[in-house]
Amino acid sequence: MNTNRVVVGMSGGVDSSVAAYILKQQGYEVIGVTMQIWPSDDPDVVEREGGCCSLTAVEDARRVANHLGIPFYVMNFQQVFDEKVISYFVDEYIKGRTPNPCIMCNRYIKFEELLRRSMALDAYYVATGHYARIEYDDQKQRYLLKKSVTPAKDQTYALYTMTQYQLKHTLMPLGNYTKEQVREIAEKSGLVTANKPDSQEICFVKDDDYAGFVQDRASGPVAPGYFVDTQGNVLGKHKGIIHYTIGQRKGLGISLGHPMYVVDIDPENNTVILGRDHEVYSREMLVDDVNLISVTSIDSPIRASVKIRYTAKEAPATIYPYEDDTLRVVFDEPQRAITPGQAAVIYQDDLVVGGGIIAKAVK
Amino acid sequence: MKYFALDNTGKGVLEMERRVYMDHAATTYIKQEVMEEMMPYFTEKFGNPSSVHSFGREARKAVDMARDRTAKALNASGDEIYFTGGGSESDNWAIKGIAQANKHKGNHIITSSIEHHAVLYTCQYLEKMGFEVTYLPVDQYGLVNPDDVKRAITDKTILISIMFANNEIGTIQPVKEIGQIAKEHGVYFHTDAVQAAGHLPIDVKDMNIDLLSLSAHKFYGPKGVGALYIRKGVRVHPLMHGGAQERNRRAGTENLPGIVGLGKAIELAYENLEDSSRKLTAMRDRLISGIMERIDNVRLNGHPTKRLPGNANLSFEYIEGESLLLSLDMKGIAASSGSACTSGSLDPSHVLLAIGLTHEIAHGSLRLTLGDDNTDQDIDYVLEVLPDIVQRLRNMSPLFVQHKGEKYYV
Repeated sequence: MNTNRVVVGMSGGVDSSVAAYILKQQGYEVIGVTMQIWPSDDPDVVEREGGCCSLTAVEDARRVANHLGIPFYVMNFQQVFDEKVISYFVDEYIKGRTPNPCIMCNRYIKFEELLRRSMALDAYYVATGHYARIEYDDQKQRYLLKKSVTPAKDQTYALYTMTQYQLKHTLMPLGNYTKEQVREIAEKSGLVTANKPDSQEICFVKDDDYAGFVQDRASGPVAPGYFVDTQGNVLGKHKGIIHYTIGQRKGLGISLGHPMYVVDIDPENNTVILGRDHEVYSREMLVDDVNLISVTSIDSPIRASVKIRYTAKEAPATIYPYEDDTLRVVFDEPQRAITPGQAAVIYQDDLVVGGGIIAKAVK
Repeated sequence: MKYFALDNTGKGVLEMERRVYMDHAATTYIKQEVMEEMMPYFTEKFGNPSSVHSFGREARKAVDMARDRTAKALNASGDEIYFTGGGSESDNWAIKGIAQANKHKGNHIITSSIEHHAVLYTCQYLEKMGFEVTYLPVDQYGLVNPDDVKRAITDKTILISIMFANNEIGTIQPVKEIGQIAKEHGVYFHTDAVQAAGHLPIDVKDMNIDLLSLSAHKFYGPKGVGALYIRKGVRVHPLMHGGAQERNRRAGTENLPGIVGLGKAIELAYENLEDSSRKLTAMRDRLISGIMERIDNVRLNGHPTKRLPGNANLSFEYIEGESLLLSLDMKGIAASSGSACTSGSLDPSHVLLAIGLTHEIAHGSLRLTLGDDNTDQDIDYVLEVLPDIVQRLRNMSPLFVQHKGEKYYV
């Protein structure tokens, strides 16, 4: 394989544009690719701004590639995206869990399918504009994933699924830059996207309406059910479990004279369990579907800090081996709203030890 | 792939990328003679053909000459040729125009499942407006059965629209038989001849064609200009309303240099038709047989003989057309895996699915369309490069199966 050739996943945004620019400066033979993950004949997609995959994004990325003087291709990922990300997203909500589709997109689309297709173009590497660092540790003989030098922009939380094979074949040139430096590079090098805002929403859900999206894609109507308290007493009716997530207080449509929170979702009985604020906290959880990066296995308890959602702060914890592919995490302090379906990522300082999907909070 | 060539001073050598263009069904370059004929109409002969003065008159004369040249190529008369903005506009106009003008007679349209999107999507649009459309199937070679056409006709049928030759697989339809059937049943017959015009003999009288779409940039003319042949007496509503151009049927100031280029290009094409066709057919057959000899598990899509002279469409099992296309591009070879679309993205082709290919096989398809600039060396180059690429891509797929199978944090 051509070790000097790299395919950069380009969204038309500032980060991936600058990543492509930096790699070209470093002497790589850079090829720009935009992943088309949404049917191109959907007129909504043409109109919508910000999503990493809209037609506007494709045109922006094409302009950037032309500006940099690199070849540019649009690759079709509609089918695989639908299977691995959208279906997963819908299924998880129907199971009463709260998924993180960006992690699945990284795992299956960017670092599996895009990497595979990049290698088909004889490229040794795929590159992205993620704020994270990949390093090889000679002693451990492993590739390591480390946080960005700018903690505020660090994106390792969404990258913990990366295998040794994928890390070996991935470049993340922005890991050593701050967002300000990246914007500066973009402006200096005349990249047209320099002032584009960061994308925020989940790219395939319109107006943040998750429940509406899940309902549209679900095989049947989502059944209403009952709110119950932690003793099983019925408190009222809910609209269907897809509308709720752990820790939620607003939008329950129920008034009991004191604030109530979603503490659990029971898909089998189609109930949403409500409780007081202190009942939303747990000290312990089980994490499955585990991927480890800095170590080959966890055979005895280790000390680490764990992040349980994209916006959460890391919290100190002890990690215990549990079953094959499953870890038990015991926090030093109880954590609020441990949510099944969300990722838990294990850190030691700036090193990603590994991570997995939260199976359940242990009360 | 680098090769050495003399630079334009005749001295020294220049290292340059080898580029081979085999995507003539997407578009062609403009031939020198065509370009030269167009040039004065950008600058000194720039008049508006509708103007009364001498500038206008000389422009008008040029448009009419182009009209006559186009008519001659199709065995039509000049007043049956209407210039448009291209093939898609001609298709849209023919179908919508016939539908609107004849809806008092009926609301049924017959077409095929392998038409260009300019026809298919226009028909789908008309379905939303209350028209009924029959999409005829095709056989394994992409041929429409004229008996199917006959059987589909009802007393509500107002239009049959079947393409002359397919843009993806090159299959040439039994246009004359279909024209005969249409005539016998008193139904209008439109044919999208965008791929055929300039490449195949066309006789609108002999073939009983009522409307025919063509586009200049498919036969070495400029982009953005086409024509619609409308047989005298056929009722068609206009698509573009406004000025009185094109005998009141297509408003908008004429694309003067474009129309001049179309006229010259179609004249040239039919002057050289036999020579060009013989040469292209020979190269095409050498390309197809060369690929089949060198690579296993390949199938030819489309009819082995009833196909456009320059068209080769092949499916390679176990690989994706997308990777193949991009890998060829990196070797300087311009090909296609279906029809190009605005985003440059690649979907499984409706044509390949219609001739019975599975999704997987359809995905592994490659279209190489030859033109007058291609040489035997170009064919050799493709035959040299393609087997290695196919082999590399095939070697990769099982590797990845293994990789996916392993425990993923190993």
